Amino acid sequence: MADLRCDIAGVKSPNPFWLASAPPTDKEYNVVRAFKAGWGGVVWKTLGEDPPIVNVSSRYGAMSYNGTRMAGFNNIELITDRPLEVNLREIKQVKRDWPDRAMVISLMVPCEEENWRAILARVEDTGADAVELNFGCPHGMSERGMGSAVGQVPEYIEMVTRWCKAHTRMPVFVKLTPNVTSVLGPARAAKAGGADAVSLINTINSIMSVDLDVMAPTPVVGGKGTHGGYCGPAVKPIAMHMVAEIARDPDCAGLPISGIGGIANWRDAAEFMTLGAGSVQVCTAAMHKGFKIVDDMIDGLGYWMDEKGYRSLDDFRAAAIPNVTDWQYLDMNYEIVAKIDQDLCIKCGLCHIACEDTSHQAIAAGKAEGARRYEVIDAECVGCNLCMHVCPVEGCITMVEVENGKGYMNWKEDPRNPLSRKAAE
Amino acid sequence: MGNQPDIRAGRLPDSAYAENFGDVHPPLDRKAALVEASRCYFCYDAPCIEACPTGIDIPSFIRKISTDNVRGAAQDILEENILGGACARVCPTEVLCQQACVRTAQEGKPVQIGLLQRYATDAVMDSAVHPFTRAAPSGKRVAVVGAGPAGLACAHRLALRGHDVVILEARPKPGGLNEYGIAAYKVPDSFAQREVGFLLAIGGIEIRNGQALGRDFTLDDLRRDYDAVFLGMGLGGVRALGLEGEEMEGIYNAVDFIAELRQAADLKALAVGREVVVIGGGNTAIDIAVQSKRLGAEDVTLVYRRGPETMSATHHEQAFAQTDSVKIKHWAQPHSLAGEDGRLTAVTFEYTRLEGGRLVGTGETFTLPADMLFKAIGQTMGPPNLLRANGGSEGLEMAGERIAVDATRRSSLPDVWAGGDCIGISEDLTVAAVQDGKLAAEAIDAWLGGGAT
Ligand SMILES: Cc1cc2nc3c(=O)[nH]c(=O)nc-3n(C[C@H](O)[C@H](O)[C@H](O)COP(=O)(O)OP(=O)(O)OC[C@H]3O[C@@H](n4cnc5c(N)ncnc54)[C@H](O)[C@@H]3O)c2cc1C
Ligand SMILES: Cc1cc2nc3c(=O)[nH]c(=O)nc-3n(C[C@H](O)[C@H](O)[C@H](O)COP(=O)(O)O)c2cc1C
Ligand code: SF4
Ligand code: SF4
Ligand code: SF4
Repeated sequence: MADLRCDIAGVKSPNPFWLASAPPTDKEYNVVRAFKAGWGGVVWKTLGEDPPIVNVSSRYGAMSYNGTRMAGFNNIELITDRPLEVNLREIKQVKRDWPDRAMVISLMVPCEEENWRAILARVEDTGADAVELNFGCPHGMSERGMGSAVGQVPEYIEMVTRWCKAHTRMPVFVKLTPNVTSVLGPARAAKAGGADAVSLINTINSIMSVDLDVMAPTPVVGGKGTHGGYCGPAVKPIAMHMVAEIARDPDCAGLPISGIGGIANWRDAAEFMTLGAGSVQVCTAAMHKGFKIVDDMIDGLGYWMDEKGYRSLDDFRAAAIPNVTDWQYLDMNYEIVAKIDQDLCIKCGLCHIACEDTSHQAIAAGKAEGARRYEVIDAECVGCNLCMHVCPVEGCITMVEVENGKGYMNWKEDPRNPLSRKAAE
Repeated sequence: MGNQPDIRAGRLPDSAYAENFGDVHPPLDRKAALVEASRCYFCYDAPCIEACPTGIDIPSFIRKISTDNVRGAAQDILEENILGGACARVCPTEVLCQQACVRTAQEGKPVQIGLLQRYATDAVMDSAVHPFTRAAPSGKRVAVVGAGPAGLACAHRLALRGHDVVILEARPKPGGLNEYGIAAYKVPDSFAQREVGFLLAIGGIEIRNGQALGRDFTLDDLRRDYDAVFLGMGLGGVRALGLEGEEMEGIYNAVDFIAELRQAADLKALAVGREVVVIGGGNTAIDIAVQSKRLGAEDVTLVYRRGPETMSATHHEQAFAQTDSVKIKHWAQPHSLAGEDGRLTAVTFEYTRLEGGRLVGTGETFTLPADMLFKAIGQTMGPPNLLRANGGSEGLEMAGERIAVDATRRSSLPDVWAGGDCIGISEDLTVAAVQDGKLAAEAIDAWLGGGAT
């Protein structure tokens, strides 16, 4: 089978599947169970200074969609609530017992050089492989001037990263917050500060739901709620976009990425990796189904690589990046139309009503021999794909390329573009 | 034959009766309802709506269930079908809405529309509010004959439109076959009476039980005393086998025995034979066969003169009976009855086959020992042309054995409408009766001048 060994910023692990800094990596007990289950590495639940923080009770909110539990998940938890000494002792022990696994320690202390220097020295003593600076936590810690309060200000990121690089020989990962207008500022700042890698995304500011009886956001804590961090399958598209932006940014060239956000299976992981991720981190999926999910991630990725002829992760890392482009470079002459397979069609009419009410009136509703019949009017179809997405029958509507004999032409070259016309004048 | 007829009560342990006659399809809880509702695609021009005789907006009510808008869901159902609760329990959905469901075509597993309909209607029936308000009084009075599904649906719609309604019902209780005919396990826990109570809560409807057309009053009386009349008497008579010895003890009309079963205070006290034979191929035949079995009969054999595909009981119903160990024998017709001391002991059948499209006996016979024989070979309007024979109006035209009506369910008399089993323009189903009653009420309302609004 394909070689799944992973090396990111000098941190090695038998596979690229790590558990993200969160409850699954809270203590020795969990981490040992995770390693037994096969996880390649962990980012230990974020350490802070003593006295440890205190958590509230009722900590999680979730969004179920159409019977799918936890399509989105959110939390108002803070960093570790255990004494630093205990965590460090356990980290040291686990690293000694599991030397081949990646042991990355997530950190968050007040924004003073001395505080960072002090904790780094103690972490280094555990034999851990790397540290991850948690500039992401969007709730609670940010009110205290840490977490995303730092991660939203590129200058702070650069400054703290530089301190850390100065005070440790361990590789430094910087964990980025998605709660910014562009992730490139923070990513470039991390690079400028000397970061060995970035991890993203941390959770997204969110209110999961409002309890209409209590009149408060969930999770409700004694009648009140607060915004929390959103994660789980629903955030994967947002996370992948941010990963791709960094991967294709010339200023960030060569900056390794640990991808996080909604990863639940090997396919999710493969997608992140084709967009440039070196390792991937998982939290919600493990919290939902337990550590055993890594089984499928390992052999699923391996079989897929075998099938595609990839021998190592490097063979396909960032392979999709050359095809991630800006809108203006898309081919204006590429044309597709919807095609309905009448044998598969079950006559639900969803394609018709979607196109009729909200798209281009390109699917006619008719009757043939007493039965409903839905047919695409090729001349009206703009190839938007909506009908294909709404059709509940797999493979029933396909988008077929129209051979129009026209070659590639992007928007900059398009005569319909007012700017290109102006340039030509 | 020599064997003494064995008909007795209490064949089963006490606890078995509650189990055998309890809810055949337990209701969905909220979680299950949400999962099932999420399977509905919310089709455009949904085929299921077309397949519902009352035209309930199925995608709409299911979507409302999925958003916990159960009130709205029930409203959608009840607006088209005020007996939506009964229909959720008794409709042969496998040949109606669920057969048409696109998921049947897709994967052979339709959305469980019936169970979802029950989920929504139960919630509203259990709450104290009646979901409809009457229009301003029209000052018109309409007589409805028969408090079955057709009569009740008609009465409710008329009341809604502001008319006052008097229902004249021959039996001691309203509900029609919901109360006296439907299999007990489909409508347990006095459902029929609860539903009648729910329906009457709209106001403006008076039910007079024990009042039979032809016995206590005539159609002419009604036409004189009311502004309009709706006839929903169902089918009072039953067909006979026409065999010698048909009056022997042990031979029953299935519908009579079912009525007795439905009214029994204690099923344990209801006597049933050890060997039971049922003749017929419809719902009634299936129902009597299954219920005899569930009362403790040892062997129940249902004999039908043609093949399985022509039975009016659906495939689903036949399979259901077979799961209850009812033996179904096709292609045989009753030939003769044997008895001792005026009591049935055996039934002899002759095999049949089709010859040039006609059913003929083959001459070969077989005999089944029988303590009880149930006849379920169809119902009729009762004494031929009951209405005329009992001094009703001249000029009420019949179509075969049933009352002739037009598309609006109006009879040949300008002020008389009819619906349900007594017209028979569609299949004899509860839901079809409800639709007839509803259509007739709208036509009556239009004729009476659209109420006072
Ligand atoms: C055993 C059996 C099982 C069935 N199972 C199902 C089933 O599972 N699903 C389904 O959809 N359908 C079923 N049906 C059919 C369904 O019950 C009928 O189609 C439906 O009840 C017809 O409604 P209706 O109002 O026309 O008649 P009915 O329900 O028969 O009601 C007629 C009412 O009129 C009264 N009446 C009769 N004569 C007079 C008179 N002269 N004066 C005053 N009142 C009178 C009767 O007492 C009765 O209350 C079944 C029928 C039978 C017999
Ligand atoms: C309950 C909970 C607690 C978390 N705590 C931390 C934390 O202490 N430090 C940190 O860097 N990220 C924390 N995270 C964020 C996760 O590490 C991860 O970035 C995020 O959940 C996205 O990944 P996912 O979609 O796989 O869950 C937490 C997430 C959850 C759900
Ligand atoms: S692709 Fe878009 S425009 Fe074309 S038929 Fe489908 S929905 Fe309509
Ligand atoms: S959405 Fe798909 S299944 Fe439904 S009518 Fe259109 S083509 Fe047929
Ligand atoms: S046909 Fe089936 S899926 Fe479509 S609306 Fe009706 S119940 Fe829903």
